[in-house]
Amino acid sequence: MSEFLQQLVNGVTWGSVYALIALGYTMVYGILRLINFAHGDVYMLGAFFGFFAARFLNAARDPSPFKALLVLLSAMVACGIIGIVMERAAYKPVRRSSRLAALITAIGVSLLLENGGILLFGPDPKFFPQIIPARNIALGMGVTISNQQILILSVSLVLMFALRFIVLHTRTGKAMQAVSYNPMAAALMGISVDRIVTFTFMLGSMLAAAAGVLVALQNPKIEPLMGIMPGLKAFVAAVLGGIGNIPGAVLGGLVMGIAEVLVVGYVSPTYRDAIAFVLLIVILLVRPAGILGRNVAEKV
Amino acid sequence: MKQLAGLALILGVLGILNFVLPQALNPYFMRVLMLCGISVVLAVSLNLINGFTGQFSIGHAGFMAVGAYGSAMFSLHVGAGWVRTLESAGAPEAAAQGLALLVALMVGSVLAAIAGYLVGLPSLRLRGDYLAIVTLGFGEIIRVIITNVDAVGAARGLPGIPGWANFFWVGLAVVAVVVVSRRLANSTHGRALFAIRDDEIAAEALGVDTTRYKVLAFVISSFFAGLAGGLFAHYNAYLHPNSFTFLKSIEVIAMVVLGGLGSISGSILAAILLTVLPEALRSAQELRMVIYSLMLIVLMITRPGGLLGNREISLDFLRRRRSAGRA
Repeated sequence: MSEFLQQLVNGVTWGSVYALIALGYTMVYGILRLINFAHGDVYMLGAFFGFFAARFLNAARDPSPFKALLVLLSAMVACGIIGIVMERAAYKPVRRSSRLAALITAIGVSLLLENGGILLFGPDPKFFPQIIPARNIALGMGVTISNQQILILSVSLVLMFALRFIVLHTRTGKAMQAVSYNPMAAALMGISVDRIVTFTFMLGSMLAAAAGVLVALQNPKIEPLMGIMPGLKAFVAAVLGGIGNIPGAVLGGLVMGIAEVLVVGYVSPTYRDAIAFVLLIVILLVRPAGILGRNVAEKV
Repeated sequence: MKQLAGLALILGVLGILNFVLPQALNPYFMRVLMLCGISVVLAVSLNLINGFTGQFSIGHAGFMAVGAYGSAMFSLHVGAGWVRTLESAGAPEAAAQGLALLVALMVGSVLAAIAGYLVGLPSLRLRGDYLAIVTLGFGEIIRVIITNVDAVGAARGLPGIPGWANFFWVGLAVVAVVVVSRRLANSTHGRALFAIRDDEIAAEALGVDTTRYKVLAFVISSFFAGLAGGLFAHYNAYLHPNSFTFLKSIEVIAMVVLGGLGSISGSILAAILLTVLPEALRSAQELRMVIYSLMLIVLMITRPGGLLGNREISLDFLRRRRSAGRA
């Protein structure tokens, strides 16, 4: 039992990282119906920007919570800018063309970020400085949680609530909902769709950057191709929850994280990458629009 | 009669080229040429799903892997024995190997087609992007299974596959996939596929059995993907699960979209372009993949409909001129 609870704790932690990345996918999809394949690579960039910020602040030698926060924020800001540039330079020109053209562009951007990363950062892994030394805290019943896990959980929670606040209670957030519902009507109501799309990309990229830094704190090995698999699985998580649906992305991420950790714990670590997709196929066969997604009838 | 003559002509030309090309080209160019052929088979086959039917599959590498491993296992355990028996019975080497290869390729392709049928079935319920994700998931599951099954070499890869595939067989596969695609496009079935692509609801209202046709497109397409996989296995003589990652599927999609969805000649052109381009950029070394990805983005921005749109380059204008001359 205690082992199961322990796995659950690890699963929820890992799942909240997936959830953070999945949120970016789901928001962009909700607004543009575009699968932003480059999103996983933004997560990678987040980890690298965090790495450089930590080195600049000399956080490895003299760690402090303030510096950790600064590292997180600078990675988020840098990736937010990357998100804006990415959208303006690559996605905006193809927005009026077919969805497939946009998808191939996204693939191109993804390859560009990966290979640009290899070119700039070098292909071999770098080690993220230990800003926050690991310490285990016993929760009782033989379950322990590390302070890094607590940090991951709490930062993800704060960010998710911030996002929820932005989407539900600010003017920009309401505009986002409107654009997602019907971009044409939103434009007619005086909403600048371009601005909202850019804002969405920025928001999603910032969340991915946060996920990158949080993961790097726990698993310090970072390399330019580290975003591919988590990106893919976070996307699957978004679909699992019902793509375009913000609570769905969080739920999908958590389900995915827990399932993955349980497979590693009870079946075999080598099947870790398959479980995400098996789960996806099973759920989609039962609920074709994802767990929280609504199946909208197509009108002719 | 005319068709038989055409077939004989094609076989003859391929046979001669198979003999001449390895002498005329250095091994490196020969390898690029073979890889181009395999890419063409992949791209043209994926075009059946993504271009003709308007469905969206991003798991083509999975079907390719099924065909590659299926045919390789057959050759290793059965085909190699056949070749030994036939050769000791006095059959010429090329014929014995050709026969074994043909059977192995068919085994791999049929296995891939079965996989295509199984994946095509969910298209009963799923639409658009959801279908895409299921195919993506299928591809990844296949790869993880291969990585874990010891009998097919697991993560070590599968070495020692007989290298029977030569230019003749790759060329024949290219001809086969192009002919089947063209014939399909001009048939009732092809029209039904186009109708589904253009407007699924309208097609259904007009009595097109959309599910059946979607599954049909998946089965034919995965058959040829399996064929390409089999050729790859018997050309490379070594298989590794990492050859069939998500990135491979993406590469094939890039070919289809870049060529222009639905255009067979576009797929061929883009397959060759995207296979040769990374090779041509080899001198740029680390910059190679950066240039490649930048070109992909720029091409999509400047030509969002693909290189050819949905047009075809064909030799019809030659025929027309000839018949005009005759009149």
